[in-house]
Amino acid sequence: MQEHIQLDQKQINDDLLSGVLRTPRWWLPAITVALLVFLTGMGAFGYMLNKGVGVTGLNRPVFWGFFMVNFVFWIGISHAGIMISAILRLTQAEWRRPITRAAEVLTVFSLMAALMAAPLVHVGRPWRAGLWVFPYDFARGVWINIRSPFIWDPSAVMTYLTASTLFVLIALLPDLAVIRDRTTGRARVLYSILCLGWRGTPRQWKLQAVAGILLSALVLPVFVSVHSIVSWDFAVQIGTESWHSTIFAPYFIIGAIHSGVSAVATIMVLMVWLWNWDKYLRPDHLDAIGRLLIVVATTWFFFFFVEWIFALYTLEDPEIAMRELQVLQWPWSGLFILFLITAFFFPVPLWLFKKVRRSFFWMFVTTISVNVGMWLERFLIIVPGTMRKQPFVFDWGSYHPSIMEILMVAMTFAWVVIGLLLFARIFPLIPLFDIKEGMVGRDEIKIGRRTVPASIRE
Amino acid sequence: MAIRSVLGLFNNEDTAADALDALNEAGFDQSEYEVLTGTPYPEGTFGEAEPVHKLYRFPLIGAACGFIVGLLLTSGTQLAFPLVTGGKPILSIPPMAIIMYEGTMLGAILFTVVGIIFESRLPRLLMGAYNTKITEGAIGVAVTTDETKVSQAEDVLRNAGAEDLKRGWETEQNR
Repeated sequence: MQEHIQLDQKQINDDLLSGVLRTPRWWLPAITVALLVFLTGMGAFGYMLNKGVGVTGLNRPVFWGFFMVNFVFWIGISHAGIMISAILRLTQAEWRRPITRAAEVLTVFSLMAALMAAPLVHVGRPWRAGLWVFPYDFARGVWINIRSPFIWDPSAVMTYLTASTLFVLIALLPDLAVIRDRTTGRARVLYSILCLGWRGTPRQWKLQAVAGILLSALVLPVFVSVHSIVSWDFAVQIGTESWHSTIFAPYFIIGAIHSGVSAVATIMVLMVWLWNWDKYLRPDHLDAIGRLLIVVATTWFFFFFVEWIFALYTLEDPEIAMRELQVLQWPWSGLFILFLITAFFFPVPLWLFKKVRRSFFWMFVTTISVNVGMWLERFLIIVPGTMRKQPFVFDWGSYHPSIMEILMVAMTFAWVVIGLLLFARIFPLIPLFDIKEGMVGRDEIKIGRRTVPASIRE
Repeated sequence: MAIRSVLGLFNNEDTAADALDALNEAGFDQSEYEVLTGTPYPEGTFGEAEPVHKLYRFPLIGAACGFIVGLLLTSGTQLAFPLVTGGKPILSIPPMAIIMYEGTMLGAILFTVVGIIFESRLPRLLMGAYNTKITEGAIGVAVTTDETKVSQAEDVLRNAGAEDLKRGWETEQNR
């Protein structure tokens, strides 16, 4: 990081708590719009509960449509949040400081959106979903079937949600104390309770540092397991062409990282545009995440390529017919081309240029493009896979999402927006103590005739 | 004997470190004083004793508990109602391993979080002597001691260059 602005602690508090201590002008209109979209989606959900899943476009043989696409998409987004935070913490990367919390919070709300997409909406009768997950019916001794992937899924997702929420909360403690010291009345009482009486003793700081490393190390294996298990929802089925593949777990994980890191970059740009935190999020930060994205995207493309090679080299007629459906038949062919362009061929070549990586506008456009592409990728895995006629399946047909499904998909996006906006109104989206620590450990050193910024760490 | 605390505020790291030396020389035990800062400093910046903790035990205990719960849940529930599904064994190791893995990790994480809070000595019900300027960059040196020694501590802190002094109440647990 060559770009650096040295600021004192008071200035950092003033800047980074601006959205907490005062309501930004755009905040109320933004959350109102998001709330309207969310409530409309909830209305559609209520209508579906009343009328049944017949109001969706789901029908034999396509029972997994927009809801499951959305579930896998949000699980994917949730991954890079913690991944980026944990890996950058473990490697002590300096450029992590302003982005870790936003990434972690994105994880939490994305996971909630995923839970909203699948267990809540997709199952049609959400009150029964709890019975699949938890041991039940003690009187008759009937228990959950742990051999089903739909039991592995909730256990992994709930573990990940619990872990990432606690990860965020523990790292919030020092910043809550800063807000406590700058508020009065009921707000002060609330933040005093939330910060648990934090004082900033050397012991507390040491434990905070150890906690960051320890929790990162514990969350990373969970992060790997979650998307592996989500991929096994598909891969353990032997009857669906293009799903029953051993490469699915790593392929899903790298896809999740691709879309998730892109989402973090999008959030970084929005943080600068909306809160004017350009002193903290510099073009250097975007440059760093842009370079990371090139590596991630290229690795993802390699897995995508290998997955296709595995499929074609089987030389099995149903598998090849399935692939032909994906790439040669309209509308899947059009969607396939759009997916390839938006997920890889448009953004990645652009990221090779430093000017693009350092441009807030272009990073915003390219990272949004990646997530459009990655949403389509999940759609192209799920829908053509289930719609193809298979032996002993006596119904076949296509899938047309109904307006109800579209509204409920929009509801999950609105939920994430609401979550992020509410969080940013109550808690600082950039960790103050991390930024301050970076400032304390900063200096300038002279090398020959040049003075360069240096970062000192233990 | 009542426990009281007194806080001296300092503007830079050097004077705060000098204050700790002065307290040591005045006969105060290392457990009676601590530095309060709004930002993490490298260990030993103020010449304070290195904090000792046992946090690493918590995830190990949690992981063991989580593993046992996972094992009991997966094996116990299936054995309690031995229904063969899809011709698979009642105790099928691969799916059991998945649930047990998640249980182990969840146990480790939950216990780690409990450990972090416990080892950080939180929650702290009484703030004692505290100043909000600490989160704006000032460095506080807090002395928690018997009521009879508070005046002496105040003198030491004042002589070391404290810009502001403040007293506070403490509970016996915060000593």
